[in-house]
Amino acid sequence: MTRESCLNVVLMGLLLAVPLAAWALDEPFIITLTTRAVIFAIAGVGLNLALGFGGLVSFGHAAFFGLGGYAMGILAYHAQTYTPLMDWPFVIEGTKSMLVIWPVAIVASGLAALAIGALSLRTSGVYFIMITLAFGQMFFYFTISWSAYGGEDGLSIYVRNSFPGLNTMDPIQFFAICYGLLLLVLWGVHRMANASFGLALRAARQNEERLQAVGQVPYRLYLTAFAISGAITGLAGALFADLNRFVSPSMLSWQTSGEIMVFVILGGVGRVYGPVAGAALFILLEHTLGGLSPYWHVYLGAILLGVVLFARGGIFGLLAGREVAHD
Amino acid sequence: MTDPILKVRGLTKSFGGLVATRDVDLDLRAGEIHALIGPNGAGKSTLVQLISGALRPDAGSVQFGGQDVSALTTAARARKGMARTFQISSLAMEYSVLQNVVLGALGRRGDVFRFFNRVMKDQQLLKVAEKALVQVGLQDVRAFRTSDLSHGQRRQLEVAVALTLDPKAFLMDEPMAGLGAEGSQQLQGFLDQLRHQAPILLIEHDMDAVFALADRISVLVYGEIIATGTVDEIRGNPAVRQAYLGEVAE
Repeated sequence: MTRESCLNVVLMGLLLAVPLAAWALDEPFIITLTTRAVIFAIAGVGLNLALGFGGLVSFGHAAFFGLGGYAMGILAYHAQTYTPLMDWPFVIEGTKSMLVIWPVAIVASGLAALAIGALSLRTSGVYFIMITLAFGQMFFYFTISWSAYGGEDGLSIYVRNSFPGLNTMDPIQFFAICYGLLLLVLWGVHRMANASFGLALRAARQNEERLQAVGQVPYRLYLTAFAISGAITGLAGALFADLNRFVSPSMLSWQTSGEIMVFVILGGVGRVYGPVAGAALFILLEHTLGGLSPYWHVYLGAILLGVVLFARGGIFGLLAGREVAHD
Repeated sequence: MTDPILKVRGLTKSFGGLVATRDVDLDLRAGEIHALIGPNGAGKSTLVQLISGALRPDAGSVQFGGQDVSALTTAARARKGMARTFQISSLAMEYSVLQNVVLGALGRRGDVFRFFNRVMKDQQLLKVAEKALVQVGLQDVRAFRTSDLSHGQRRQLEVAVALTLDPKAFLMDEPMAGLGAEGSQQLQGFLDQLRHQAPILLIEHDMDAVFALADRISVLVYGEIIATGTVDEIRGNPAVRQAYLGEVAE
């Protein structure tokens, strides 16, 4: 077992042990905090597919996060007010079932990523960052002015959505759902990274000329990665909205995009489990430093600066060393 | 005589007022090494880029394997078996040696949109990759990270990746560049054999290598081919001597 896979196991073990201990000690707040970290981790793992494996520095992933959130919010809102989502040409009812909400969130944000990616990927470098930021802001201002769904105030959901056989209002049960999804997403991304697609995508990031010389087109790989990346982040958004029973435009703000990027960079760009470590550390810092001062972001900034300057591989680069090419 | 594998006709390209390639005709026949020489700034690299598809010509056509490929992208030409090596090694530096050749084999096979296979355990790809590594003599460093390779080894790896493409022709842009005398000798011996697998269009500065290897030589000066012929014909051509070889101590 490599050092990296050891670290993966330890990380996932800790992420499971903390809320279980909190459950035993009856500390629901800690469970909710860990659930937050797990959901952020899913968003980060999604972004990492584009940023880490494809080298696509997207500053607009909040749009997909928020889209997932609104997919959940809108469906649940219509279900709780007993109004149909639309009644012409056919009737679509709202729903409180997670098993319906998740696919809707995934498809909606995946399609949005496909459209945004198709346009943005015609640029690269700084221009790509700016254009994804611009698209993100577009979605942000749209939700602010979308008065049918609360506009600036957002939407509140009275009860968490339902999952067959579980009581989702119980913190530990909702945590279990999120943790299970994180495992599933990690497994999928890990397989993808080691599949034909991953080999070609990571090669495109390193050297587009090389990829073309072996007969492949970077654009298609980038676009596919971007769409899948957006879809995963959208799923995280649906969970995040469910956790808070609230969705608002702040989920789509550029600060959210920045935070998701921080998870990836803190944890280790291009490492499958990197964003999990990043998100966990972020929540830990937010909780501990946030208690000291409302301006705790200053310390976060200093830590981020340290990581970028002295530990470029993030937590994973520091603890697991250079990536092992293959076994 | 069979039709040439690569047939370039009337290729022209200018950048603003500078004509980098002027009405170039060039053939690459089966089994030959066709060397393209010329002084610095003659437009050799531009010509290679036009042939490989990295640049669009203003006029003229490129035919490859009996087919007009002028409208195709670099990637599409590569899939047809046009294998290019670069003047400055262009590899996936974070990958292992083996990953680089497997990438070549995968690109050639074309099924990059598979999401759940284990590509580094794909026996078909590994077989192609391994064969290419053995052919260039890199099998012992297959697990090395590419950025850890020596300059000479990177050049060999470039050729190995080109081999995985099941090439119909090689386009080699200064493969000897930066190699020591010994490395040059080795690669020279290797290319000598390689021509039987697929013909090579060789852009090279090393005149000893060119004269030792080439079946035919074309001389490019200011974007124009001023002569094409056998080694002896080129050596004896007064225009070539004046324009080019005269600058080298002969």
